[in-house]
Amino acid sequence: MAAFILSRILQAIPVMLVVAFISFAMFTYVGDPVAIMLGQDFTEAQRAALVSSLGLDQPFFVQFARFIGQAVQGEFGLSYRLSRPVAELIAERAPATLELAFCAAGIALVVGVAMGVYTGLYRNSWLSRALLTFSLVGVSLPPFLIGILLILIFSVWLGWLPSFGRGEVVQLGWWSTGFLTWSGLKALVLPSITLGLFQLTLIMRLVRAEMLEVLRTDYIKFARARGLSNRAVHFGHALKNTLVPVITIAGLQLGGIIAFAIVTETVFQWPGMGLLFIQSVSVADIPVMAAYLLLIALVFVSINLAVDLLYYAVDPRLRVGRGRGH
Amino acid sequence: MQPILEVRDLRVEFATRRGTLRALDGVSFSIMPGEVLGVVGESGAGKSMTGAAIIGLLEPPGRIAGGQILLNGRRIDNLRYEEMRRIRGKEIGAIFQDPLTTLNPLYTVGDQLVETMLTHLPIGAAEARKRAVNWLEMVGIPAAAQRVDSYPHEFSGGMRQRVVIALALCAEPRMVVADEPTTALDVSIQAQVIALLKSLAREKGMAMMLVTHDMGVIAETADRVAVMYAGRIAEIGPVRAVVQAPRHPYSAGLMASIPPLDRKVEHLAQIEGAMPRLSAIPEGCAFNPRCPHVFDRCRAERPELLETGATRAACWLYDPASEKQAPEALRHA
Repeated sequence: MAAFILSRILQAIPVMLVVAFISFAMFTYVGDPVAIMLGQDFTEAQRAALVSSLGLDQPFFVQFARFIGQAVQGEFGLSYRLSRPVAELIAERAPATLELAFCAAGIALVVGVAMGVYTGLYRNSWLSRALLTFSLVGVSLPPFLIGILLILIFSVWLGWLPSFGRGEVVQLGWWSTGFLTWSGLKALVLPSITLGLFQLTLIMRLVRAEMLEVLRTDYIKFARARGLSNRAVHFGHALKNTLVPVITIAGLQLGGIIAFAIVTETVFQWPGMGLLFIQSVSVADIPVMAAYLLLIALVFVSINLAVDLLYYAVDPRLRVGRGRGH
Repeated sequence: MQPILEVRDLRVEFATRRGTLRALDGVSFSIMPGEVLGVVGESGAGKSMTGAAIIGLLEPPGRIAGGQILLNGRRIDNLRYEEMRRIRGKEIGAIFQDPLTTLNPLYTVGDQLVETMLTHLPIGAAEARKRAVNWLEMVGIPAAAQRVDSYPHEFSGGMRQRVVIALALCAEPRMVVADEPTTALDVSIQAQVIALLKSLAREKGMAMMLVTHDMGVIAETADRVAVMYAGRIAEIGPVRAVVQAPRHPYSAGLMASIPPLDRKVEHLAQIEGAMPRLSAIPEGCAFNPRCPHVFDRCRAERPELLETGATRAACWLYDPASEKQAPEALRHA
């Protein structure tokens, strides 16, 4: 097991390097940060001084190597726009994004699995049909539109929930949380639903399809023939067998939720990493963008590792080499 | 003595878009305690359907449209799902064809045995586990005390079928429906599994309905045989009589198609034609288009089971009132 984890971590290193290279290379073309930072009036001497202080006069690969060398130490340089350390900026924004992603993923998983099981078991009931129709909406409408619709209904018309921001937050060390205040919790509702709805409907349809598949198998028929209760058959035997594909998709989706929080954060002016990224793009703040992309890549890699480990927990057939054979 | 299972005039129908199909029509038989009834016939004759109807697990849209099924004299065909669930496993065990797919891959065989026993028997988890090991020993799993914690994929096909048998019997049902229990196994394993089933049935005094298309298995195991054709019973009687002296032209054809071992034959005997589809079962006797002895009455009237001496056969040749009587070849004087 330790060897497996180690090998996966070693595999992750080239992935991270490639992501770093691509993002770094791409950002050389997104705009000239020097022109943006200097503004209208500047002398050639000022320009040259800024270029050399940012290290932009050095060859591309030297810049890249320095970037990697520092990134490994958790050092991403100064933001061009805010003149503050990037690591500090991201650490400041990360709690907002992570709490939002956590809530969205939680809603998507719990509601998605429950609805998937229900529609799989009672596939002809009117509620199942209604849920399936509703899920089409979730799959086909883009999140920004859903966000705007939700704001229109719950903030503008009904006035129940705030339309932007995080509400009041409480500082726990360096972590700022919105979970501990009423306004913080209220502020989480609409963005979480917006962000999680697509994944929710995806998970629901996946669980439903898997349930229908599994319920047809011989071992379910045999479980019924042994007189096990419906509960044991549906949840103990059927649902557990649907989990491997569900874990795969849900894991990938969790990465997606964190990465694509950008759109939701923009719609709700959510002070997270996505909003930071968008603001950085408009002024070509390369250090922030590169650090953000690296972080997202790291999140994906870690989630994939966690997913692989979960497979082992769920499916005994994957646990090879336990020394107990035929 | 009261039969443990009695099936009376069972009719199973499927509602389809093109009308109702009758998959079983007027099937009647009974099984006494300790008796093994073999059910044979071609694929689609309704053998497995009969088993599924008895354990109350017909796949929709299939449903029991008529007749009765009695277990120990109590009707079970009209029970609600929850009532029938308590009977399944506890009073009627079921063994299915493919041991590779009938065990849940995510649970150890011990867990599955314990779960089944805890569902039906008034015992605790520790006792159930002890019995699980016991059952694995009884069905011939070596080193049962260790293997109880193995997962299904860690067993071979034959061993898995032994586990399936243990699972079907662990709540000690008095009646077992075994649907092609050896078909998916290697020939060398088949004999072992059949011997195991037979000895367990004798030891526990269980009645068994053994569905198969393997005449060898039937001859080896069954006390009586029912031959099914197109959803009906063509002939039923003691195994020796049906195998060696079949009265129904269809059973005779079936037995004649078993290749003899003691002499060389150029061609295997076969019955001309194919079994009719459910949507096109002919009038009268369902076998009449393929029957070498067919006469007018067979095309007009449907025969009930008639006494033929050793067996009962659904064939007009055995009605004294028919214009044609059984030929010498079918009388086996």
